[in-house]
Amino acid sequence: MSIGQTFLGLLESGPRHGYDLKKTYDDRFGHARPLHYGQVYATLSRLLKDGLVELDGVEPGEGPERKRYAVTSAGVSDVESWLASAEKPEPYLQNTLYTKVILALLTGRSAADLLDVQRAEHLRLMRELTRRKAGGDLADNLICDHALFHLEADLRWLELTADRLDDLRRQVRA
Amino acid sequence: MTGQPLLEGDGLHKAFGPTKALDGASIAIRAGEIVAIMGPSGSGKSTLLHCLAGIVRPDSGHVRYQGAEISAMTDGERSALRRTQFGFVFQFGQLVPELTCLENIALPLRMEGVRRREAEARAAEWLDRLDLADVGSKRPGEVSGGQGQRVAVARALVTRPRAVFADEPTGALDSLNGERVMRLLTEAARETGAAVVLVTHEARVAGYSDREIVVRDGRTRDIAREMEEAL
Repeated sequence: MSIGQTFLGLLESGPRHGYDLKKTYDDRFGHARPLHYGQVYATLSRLLKDGLVELDGVEPGEGPERKRYAVTSAGVSDVESWLASAEKPEPYLQNTLYTKVILALLTGRSAADLLDVQRAEHLRLMRELTRRKAGGDLADNLICDHALFHLEADLRWLELTADRLDDLRRQVRA
Repeated sequence: MTGQPLLEGDGLHKAFGPTKALDGASIAIRAGEIVAIMGPSGSGKSTLLHCLAGIVRPDSGHVRYQGAEISAMTDGERSALRRTQFGFVFQFGQLVPELTCLENIALPLRMEGVRRREAEARAAEWLDRLDLADVGSKRPGEVSGGQGQRVAVARALVTRPRAVFADEPTGALDSLNGERVMRLLTEAARETGAAVVLVTHEARVAGYSDREIVVRDGRTRDIAREMEEAL
């Protein structure tokens, strides 16, 4: 996730303080992984240095000064080109589950058991996300669906691998 | 598991000619519980559902509903049990094409002897509940696949059954419609206290269940319970 470009996009609706940016980011995109203040201020000072945001005002307070940031036209162009460019799909070629299956076969352990246990764990998480969807808004549903489809893809791989175990065992141990 | 299960299959065997569909499958379902039966094609999951629902008689083993042996019942008794205690949703709605959607939903009540006016009034409540208010007077051929499946869900629940058997209920639907059917089916089942036996090979559909049983080569496995017991 590019925090910088996300901040720039959030600033397009008007100048904000670092704290407001963090709060909006956490609410919309944090999903139980809120930003640290260190990340927020490191990101903002980088954007400032690169000319993508500028200071819109400084308010003195009891604690540290509160700086308000505004997006520059270079910042808007940066968000635009980020949104317009395709993300590189994950090749998913380094996978712990794959390693476990092959290792189980190499060492004469039950790969079928391993796959069954993993299926149960995947389904447990899928249930949790499905329940969360029932209580969430559409934006929350969207992120849950993203996770659900990825878990489903894993499960389809688990099923296919389970069906291929006999052949796989022969090849791996040949 | 504590207390008597609502529905129980124990050591079920069933062969179709030389093919073993069930080879010692066991399952227990509590009242109000939603259980997914998962497994690859041809693993025996639909046969297990048919045995539990009293549609197919196992070659050996026991099927009990509230402690009563279904496999020992006469055809008439099993048919009455299916009509009064069970509801069914299949992959392709299996609605009666000549009847309107409202009449389809009312059908199980009419078969129970409920008068037309009352049956259709009760069916109309389900139309509203399943977001089908504007399709009541249409015939199944005139509605979308998703709407047809929701009519099938309404028909399955209109008699307030204790158990609903759903065999790949979203198999013919796209993701969005499939999700809507599953959400409405499981919400309605929870509200009415019906147990759901859900056969599916789709993990996202199984996500609506309380737990899953995996069927492979005609045998059942409850991995989650095994993992709990191993702790």
